[in-house]
Amino acid sequence: MFDNLSEKLDSVFKKLRGHGRLTEQHVKETMREIRLVLLEADVNFRVVKDFVKRVGERAIGQDVLKSLTPGQQVIKIVREELASLMGEGEDNSLNVAARPPVPIMLCGLQGAGKTTTCGKLAMKLRRDKRTPLLVPADIYRPAAIEQLKTLGRQLDIEVYDSQADQDPVDICTKAKAYAELNGFDTIILDTAGRLHIDTELMQELQRIASSVAPQEILFVADAMTGQDAVNVAASFDEQLPLTGVVLTKLDGDARGGAALSIRAVTGKPIKLIGMGEKLDALEQFHPDRMAQRILGMGDVLSLIEKAQHAVEADEAADMEERLRKDGFTLETFLEQMQMIKKMGSMESLLKMIPGAGKALKQAGGMQLPEEELKKVEAIIRSMTQKERSDHRILNGSRRLRIANGSGTRVQDVNQLLKRFTEAQKMMKKMQKMGPKGLKGMLGRGGQLPF
Amino acid sequence: MKAGLAKTQNSLVGRVDSLLRGRTVIDDEVIEDLEEILITADLGMQTTMQLISALEKRRGRGQLDTPDQLRNALKEELEAMLQLDSKSFDVDGKGAPYVIIVVGVNGVGKTTTIGKLANQLTRQGKKVVLGAGDTFRAAAAEQLSIWGERTGVDVIRHQEGADPGAVAFDAAKAAVARQADVLILDTAGRLHTKVNLMEELKKLRRILEREIPGAPHQTLLVLDATTGQNALNQAKLFNEAVDIDGIALTKLDGTAKGGIVVAIAAELKLPVRFVGVGEQIDDLRPFDASMFVEALFEK
Repeated sequence: MFDNLSEKLDSVFKKLRGHGRLTEQHVKETMREIRLVLLEADVNFRVVKDFVKRVGERAIGQDVLKSLTPGQQVIKIVREELASLMGEGEDNSLNVAARPPVPIMLCGLQGAGKTTTCGKLAMKLRRDKRTPLLVPADIYRPAAIEQLKTLGRQLDIEVYDSQADQDPVDICTKAKAYAELNGFDTIILDTAGRLHIDTELMQELQRIASSVAPQEILFVADAMTGQDAVNVAASFDEQLPLTGVVLTKLDGDARGGAALSIRAVTGKPIKLIGMGEKLDALEQFHPDRMAQRILGMGDVLSLIEKAQHAVEADEAADMEERLRKDGFTLETFLEQMQMIKKMGSMESLLKMIPGAGKALKQAGGMQLPEEELKKVEAIIRSMTQKERSDHRILNGSRRLRIANGSGTRVQDVNQLLKRFTEAQKMMKKMQKMGPKGLKGMLGRGGQLPF
Repeated sequence: MKAGLAKTQNSLVGRVDSLLRGRTVIDDEVIEDLEEILITADLGMQTTMQLISALEKRRGRGQLDTPDQLRNALKEELEAMLQLDSKSFDVDGKGAPYVIIVVGVNGVGKTTTIGKLANQLTRQGKKVVLGAGDTFRAAAAEQLSIWGERTGVDVIRHQEGADPGAVAFDAAKAAVARQADVLILDTAGRLHTKVNLMEELKKLRRILEREIPGAPHQTLLVLDATTGQNALNQAKLFNEAVDIDGIALTKLDGTAKGGIVVAIAAELKLPVRFVGVGEQIDDLRPFDASMFVEALFEK
């Protein structure tokens, strides 16, 4: 997500690490580079100015200069300031505690991802044991109502039957009454995309807001937005009582400077982030984790959370049992890979591991791990059960057969086996150390051999 | 064009003007402030540095001492960057249909751009066929069909979740059979970092190539003017995957500064072909570099 920014800051900090003590000149130089990095990441220039000033002031302070590891100190300050800029320590959870039906309204520019986010939000609310009603109030874009209705069908969540010739304000008030009568506790209002300078349409939003009194008014913003992000967000915020921000399309390679800027300028918390095209790809925003990720410190917390989501507890227990009985074999290795695959693309997982993002770039492109995984899977699947449980019996002719069967070359089979034996050795070492180190991670399994 | 660009003018040139107002000499401070203005117009660091160093060179030669000289120099440099040769957009196809494939990330305005383009071509007396290649997003095909109805154009569509390759194939067949002049294929929005989805685009291209000789004649990348530096990555990766011929820059009617156009032209040499300046069916205009800069700098 924020790889590029992390990489740039990395090279800035490398210079810092080289020095035992920092002079004021060093700090100044570093701040200049941080300024450039943030500007290039689309962080608004006013926000950058403030940020650099604050970090500089803290860094030049006595405690830092006299400390023994000044480079680390500066990194710490930058991380803290980044996190606080993004709303660290504030409550950014969705507020739906009110008399039902609780209206949540989404607004923003065209193409920010409002309708998709509505669908994702409905799914999230249902997971939280609520009964949402989706309300299409975009009568302008062709087939926008149809889009939400289709999403509703996919999710099996009811969509209010709006028509394109109705008035949006009317739709919303009627939908609220309908929700009250039919036992829905939350209504999600999908409004049309509009420019913040379109007075007429902005007034329409105000009328909707005053007639249904939304508990949450969320501004949906595209993470790829440039310097204009703050103008748009500030203008929406002036005209509507926004309660929070949803940042979409964060699964691309946008540096996401908009995240920093919008939060800093409007003061409204970023509540949710869109992380993919699938309808479950809407996540809680964690400022501290984001700051860590920006600085290339990885996001192990999210990774563990994901692992817990994807791997059922009994599945993990079963795996542990088998590992104890049979040891780490190609068979268990394949199963572990299957579990990991459930957590998402290798690309997104590896990015969460500290340092892995950079290693991945050096390995030559993002598609590599996924391809590699497919190959490994094909190779193991071309083995007999006996071979899978004891790889030592794999002689030359067996290897040739496996290579032919899996559409790979003997070299690929050899390479896999070599990596596997290395991983096996590592597993043995770790098992000696006790299960503590790995608990909770990757289904209590092992290390990937690549 | 001028009306749509009013905001850009206010922000970029307006700020340059207010920077220069009351000054008689160009000093380091002015250059530094100018740098900031260019960055905040989304021109990007690299392009800004390139512009600044070009201006510094002129200053070194003593050709940049007054505000007027600076203003003119900036205009010249910008225009030079934007002036690119582009593949001709000649839909006057005799025989095989002229094939346009439209690509871009999610939510940039691909379908709307196609609707506007289809309308313009129809009014020029061309027979247009649209292919609803976005089978992924809910109701994307409906959206294109509504545009088709508005302009009286045939839309070839499959069910949601169908293989876009099959749509491309059928659309190409239909365009030939119905003796269309132009075929425009819509595609699902995709982030340029999703390798498998980019592979899918390559496949669509191959299918068109196979069905109609010389197709696609025009691969159009749609970019959102509000996008920041990420637009460069988008242009770069889409270009690597499917060879972009031109760019349609949408949503220039907001307060977005559109400076990313300059960065893309300077760094990737990809020409802008259309700009979208509003929601009306006529609000898609051909891009003209000198006019663009003229409009930017008109007092």
